[in-house]
Amino acid sequence: MTVELTGQEGLRPRARTPGDVLLLRWLATVDHKQIGIMYLMGAVFFFLIGGVEALLIRIQLAQPNATVLSPEVYNQIFTMHGTTMIFLAVMPLLAGFVNYFVPLMIGANDMAFPRLNAFSLWLFIFGGLLLNFSFLTGHAPDIGWFAYAPLTEQPYALSNGVNYWILGPLVASVGTILTALNVIVTILTMRAPGMTLTKVPLFVWMSLGQAILIIYAFPPLTASQAMLLLDRELGAHFFDPAAGGSPVLWQHLFWFFGHPEVYIMILPAWGMISELIPVFSRKPIFGYPFVAASTVAIVFLSMTVWAHHMFAVGMGDLADGFFAAASFSIAVPTGVKVWNWIFTMIGGRLRFTTSMLFAIGFIAMFVMGGLTGVMVAVVPFDQQVTDTYFLVAHFHYVLFGGSLLAILAGAYYWFPKMTGRLLDERLGKWHFWTTLIGFNMTFFPMHILGIIGMPRRVYTYPNLPGWGEINLFETLGTFLLTISVLIFLWNLWHSLRNGEVAGDDPWDAWTLEWATTSPPPPHNFDHVPPVRSRRPLWDLKHPEDPDWRHGE
Amino acid sequence: MRVGRKGLMHRRRRWGAIALIVAAGLLAWPATVGAEANPMFDPQSGRARAVVDLTWVVLFFVALVFIIAEGLLIFALVRYRHRGEAGEPRQTFGNRRLEITWTAIPIVILIFVFILTVRAMRVIAAPPAGGDALNVTLIGHQWWWEYRYPDLGIVTANELHIPAGKTVHLQLESADVIHDFWVPQLGRKMDVVPGKINSIYVQSDNPGVFDGACAEYCGTQHAWMRIKVIADSPADFDQWVQAQKATGAQPASPDALAGRGIFLSSAGNCASCHTINGTANLANVGPDLTHVGSRTTIGAGVLTNTSDNMARWLTNPQQVKPGNLMPDLRLTPDEVRALTAYLESLK
Repeated sequence: MTVELTGQEGLRPRARTPGDVLLLRWLATVDHKQIGIMYLMGAVFFFLIGGVEALLIRIQLAQPNATVLSPEVYNQIFTMHGTTMIFLAVMPLLAGFVNYFVPLMIGANDMAFPRLNAFSLWLFIFGGLLLNFSFLTGHAPDIGWFAYAPLTEQPYALSNGVNYWILGPLVASVGTILTALNVIVTILTMRAPGMTLTKVPLFVWMSLGQAILIIYAFPPLTASQAMLLLDRELGAHFFDPAAGGSPVLWQHLFWFFGHPEVYIMILPAWGMISELIPVFSRKPIFGYPFVAASTVAIVFLSMTVWAHHMFAVGMGDLADGFFAAASFSIAVPTGVKVWNWIFTMIGGRLRFTTSMLFAIGFIAMFVMGGLTGVMVAVVPFDQQVTDTYFLVAHFHYVLFGGSLLAILAGAYYWFPKMTGRLLDERLGKWHFWTTLIGFNMTFFPMHILGIIGMPRRVYTYPNLPGWGEINLFETLGTFLLTISVLIFLWNLWHSLRNGEVAGDDPWDAWTLEWATTSPPPPHNFDHVPPVRSRRPLWDLKHPEDPDWRHGE
Repeated sequence: MRVGRKGLMHRRRRWGAIALIVAAGLLAWPATVGAEANPMFDPQSGRARAVVDLTWVVLFFVALVFIIAEGLLIFALVRYRHRGEAGEPRQTFGNRRLEITWTAIPIVILIFVFILTVRAMRVIAAPPAGGDALNVTLIGHQWWWEYRYPDLGIVTANELHIPAGKTVHLQLESADVIHDFWVPQLGRKMDVVPGKINSIYVQSDNPGVFDGACAEYCGTQHAWMRIKVIADSPADFDQWVQAQKATGAQPASPDALAGRGIFLSSAGNCASCHTINGTANLANVGPDLTHVGSRTTIGAGVLTNTSDNMARWLTNPQQVKPGNLMPDLRLTPDEVRALTAYLESLK
């Protein structure tokens, strides 16, 4: 890759060393690829912090009546684990791939607003650092990631932890909103000639859906966080029941953001799966219009389901019933996708690369998370298991078994495009199996724990029958997951230096990012191939049987 | 070492079988542990049973879809793995009819489940026939429960006594933050929200003791905000009511007498938070202690109520339940012994 700084030379009094230039090249960049990589590096950094927090949680819970962590510290750790993984790991991991690959996949030379893009990145980095700075003040937030009022109000939370919880994610959220605008404009205005909206790759399609949801869902979060800050610091009473405010209002505002957020964290992941499964099955996606249309349905339906997080609040049967019905409806377009992916494989010739293994693992685990999702929409069942470990199991099957496995599949798939080298497949297979087994050991038993009565967010628990054994077993699973993460980090480090050289198109794939070099030049393409179907590179490679001849 | 293609396949298959058995074992093991003591699936009233009946139906459909989806996935992996064939497979783009079918079938199932859901919700929320219910007001505090029986004039803490076979109309209020009342064997949980009065019907058809816990994160000691519901036979319940209505027992031993002195003195400082009926004070910051000796646990479940444990608690409650709102009063061992004797005498 050759990137030259221009116009800056006059500012520098001394001779530049290569190190200077390299660092500046990254810090001052407005290139969507470098920004994408920095999103990924920042997200991995915060993911490791969140992972250590998870490990601490599991060590504390390995035994009943344990005293490894004090209740105060435990409550800070679980709050920071959730907040970090959601705002600083999963979302920026997705943002990294979206930044890097949306312009490439539509044949553009960058995002629509490159400097805005860089601004968003740095808001994420500094928002994340601001949140974590709270550890250095001696009191990180200890209010849970959804921060229910009035526990967050002055009489109950006197330290500054809550303020860091407000301001850190708030700063990062502004970046998220700006990126969403950038993605929307990029996709709508910068597609290669011939690439109509019905021909964009599904990853791009789902990234568009995600961006629209972000524009819809994040401002309410930002507003409610600002209201909470007013309550705490300027004596407002939005959520303070003693002065006529409403704690339930906070829950409505938060979940109005919080449920679309779940889809924000999974849509691009679905997009990745919808790209890789076809390539490694050697067949086009089964039912592109259905997958695309169901995404639109999900974007709209996800705006109507937020209060299914509140079935225990006492909203009454009418409201509970409405949100149950809405939640059932969203299960349909979600389920449809699973069948589309499986039927893409049927009739194909499957290549079990590490990337494909993670994609298969994603489908297998996401089915589980989706089905328990339907279960918790059944109001009376939810009124038993909500706020228990069953819920913890459910959303980890969606976010870890779903989003994160898809992200890892995407990492193995696109690492060669980003670096020019393939990740090691042997290490990759070790990574996959330790992840899959460790994940299920950690999270499957949580379903049982919840059903037998263990509430979530407890720093310890009484020695009731089965509780100690199941918790210990989960902790062992977490150790296996730790090993899997270390294998992956080693694989990244090792392959970056010594990996097999990938070439432009190692997977014999069909979307435009594979039509340029690995890594791509700063302007992305010397020449964008003609786009006449959803698989422009298939058309090039198979002039005897191009997709457009099938009307696809 | 080179292995023939057939040998490799054979070995692969054996490994696959072993992996499947291990995986099934791993998944089944917590389920068998859970089956030994599973309160949600041991419902004690019609309302709780409605949840379990509905859950079985939902589990049936969930298991069905799970088996079909994972089965198809495994079928695809085994049947369509690349075995070295040259060229690309036939390119197919979808099948409209199939896709409409797999959209329509879940819709039908979900409508059916929704109807059952609404029916169960109505059973759970229905008032008892004839409207005959015992009124109890629950007040959630950081990190203990207060129970008031307005019709009986009783105030107690952390252990809820109810008469078996009779519906209890439980009104839920909070003194501070959001808590949640959850006793799985008795049915649904309900949030305890400041500024909002919720209520549920609770019943146990037979006598028994049922464990529960606060289910909404409420701060430092959320973990030790356990619930115990004791369903007494009607005769036992009446006896309990009579005992609770009595004022606190007069101290009988010299130790207990000294204990009462400390309790009421400004040095002990106990009475600025706790009430003992029959004494002069009516503070309502901490749990009512009028009959604390009759309760089975201390600190909302953190200790069983024995003399040793009471002494441990009084010596330093912050060591037993860190962060709870009772300060370390720095009592001397003699004071602890006297107070313990007094409190344990309050049956």
